[in-house]
Amino acid sequence: MDFTTLLGSAVEALTLNKLRTALATLGIVIGIGSVIALVSLGQASQKSVESQIQSLGSNLLTVIPGASSSTGGVRGAAGSLTTLTYADAQAIQNSGQVPDVSLVSPELSRRAQVTSGKNNSNVQVVGVVPAYEEVHNISMQSGNFVTQQDVDGMSKVAVIGPQVASDLYGDNSDAIGKTIRISGQSFRVIGVTVSKGGSGFFNQDDIVFIPLLTAQKQIFGESYLSDITLQAKSADVMTAAENEVGYLLLSRHKISNPAQADFTIQSQNDILGAATQVTGTFTALLSGIAAISLLVGGIGIMNIMLVTVTERTREIGLRKSLGAKKKIVIAQFLAESIILTFTGGILGMLLGSTLSFVLSKIISLPFVVSLSSVGLAMGVSAGIGILFGWYPAQKAANLSPIEALRYE
Amino acid sequence: MDMIELNNISKIYNTGTVETVALANISFGIKKGEFVAIMGPSGSGKSTLMHIIGALDVPTNGTYLLDGEAVGKLSDDDLAGIRNRKIGFVFQAFNLLPRTTALKNVMLPMVYGGVEEDKREKRAKELLEMVGLGDRLYHTSSQLSGGQQQRVAIARSLSMNPSIILADEPTGNLASTQGEEIMAIFQDLNEQGHTIIMITHEPDIAEHAKRIIILRDGKIVEDSDGHNQRLVNHKRR
Repeated sequence: MDFTTLLGSAVEALTLNKLRTALATLGIVIGIGSVIALVSLGQASQKSVESQIQSLGSNLLTVIPGASSSTGGVRGAAGSLTTLTYADAQAIQNSGQVPDVSLVSPELSRRAQVTSGKNNSNVQVVGVVPAYEEVHNISMQSGNFVTQQDVDGMSKVAVIGPQVASDLYGDNSDAIGKTIRISGQSFRVIGVTVSKGGSGFFNQDDIVFIPLLTAQKQIFGESYLSDITLQAKSADVMTAAENEVGYLLLSRHKISNPAQADFTIQSQNDILGAATQVTGTFTALLSGIAAISLLVGGIGIMNIMLVTVTERTREIGLRKSLGAKKKIVIAQFLAESIILTFTGGILGMLLGSTLSFVLSKIISLPFVVSLSSVGLAMGVSAGIGILFGWYPAQKAANLSPIEALRYE
Repeated sequence: MDMIELNNISKIYNTGTVETVALANISFGIKKGEFVAIMGPSGSGKSTLMHIIGALDVPTNGTYLLDGEAVGKLSDDDLAGIRNRKIGFVFQAFNLLPRTTALKNVMLPMVYGGVEEDKREKRAKELLEMVGLGDRLYHTSSQLSGGQQQRVAIARSLSMNPSIILADEPTGNLASTQGEEIMAIFQDLNEQGHTIIMITHEPDIAEHAKRIIILRDGKIVEDSDGHNQRLVNHKRR
């Protein structure tokens, strides 16, 4: 029996009961549609998280005080430990033992109350050095970033994020030259940064930068750092840079056993990996739920095919008595179920893509429909046709022609 | 050599504790070109005999040669092949595919027999013209009368040019005038040299055959040419 005849008779059989065919297909449409929509959504959020982390700067290593949690022992809250100093940062910069690091940005970050006239805002205040601008991809909307003279001279100057600018001065007024008060002390605004987007884990626009030494000595009154961000010369030397920094700091802190280090070095890839893993798990969870609806759709197909086999017992008996071999009967019924699921798969793909497009517009995520998820959905839908069509087809093929012809 | 040779055929149904003997050691032969009616009351085993001759079922014991080919313990698929090539079925209930054109119905055995598409359409048209339905090629089963449907079924039974035509109560669902038309077609076919085996319980219909085999309780009680006294006695039974 040739392929076109087989396909033709399958389509004919399916069009005999259009409503039933449509309802059976709908189960697959919803199943495939939700798989595609949720997988795309997951991939989109993964992409968005990745690009957000990339926007923090490239080839970054972050040294934070305190041991990594895996070594056990007492662990203080992030940023509260006091093991990193400005001298450590200067040593990394100047010792010559860390050739693979190009930029060193020691940072002290705390929340503080910032006021200007009657306006008042609680924001992240970061003590920085000039390297911060390049390491963290800061762009200036107006004015300049903190200079080395500002740091060395403990100037009371501030660079503010666009969110702070609009909170304190309204949207369009130029903040440069204005005075803001941070923890009661007056600072002159010398620059406003370009918005980096405020979504994600923290708002990168609701932030105030002041010279590091000013922050340490005049605002927060401490000589420690919350972290040192380092930029490696290239992505290839990240590991080398990490090791060099590790050795230098261990020797400076007089620690011989690396397992007892009082600092932790995180590479950007670690953070990216962790974030990707979280969104990946999330995506897998959502897809799992969607897959259940696909399974239910498949069972619906099986149900319909079983009903069809029972209804068409006489027809099957006739076909067998006229010489249809088992595999032809199987092929006929499998063709019907595969057409059902494959059509459902195509419609579901369209539905899922539309759905994820609309959703990505609503929650402003990138729109991603990967070829692999489409291919997977098509493969899975055809596979479901075979899987759930197999038993009914077998049942049909094994009917005895005598019994089948006698069946009323 | 006979077209059909049955030697000591028996069929025993074993339903749990009870053994039912449907056919008990039946032997006979049918030559090419014969027109045989198999008669008998219900429960006489004539349906079982038809199933065995039609390769729909296999005997419990005995040998059955169809056109020189042993239809013994063959697999389902091999039996399907034999039915396709050697036997043309005509059923009481016509058994056409519903909502399918006459042409496609006649083409169906050729689809299973692997005949090429243009050849099967040509042959199906010829056969439908032969049974007088040249103007009904694209009518579906439900658009045809019972007699017309049975003529489509006869055209279908001839499509693979089988060794025998096996008709099971071919006029059972038809009015008598239509039944006569169908029997006329069978007689024509027989005159053209086709071998026809017909199961019936109606003596009027059986009279069209040249040979009549009467079964009772799974045994042949009479095997004779069509015009004898026993048959007349059998009438109106």
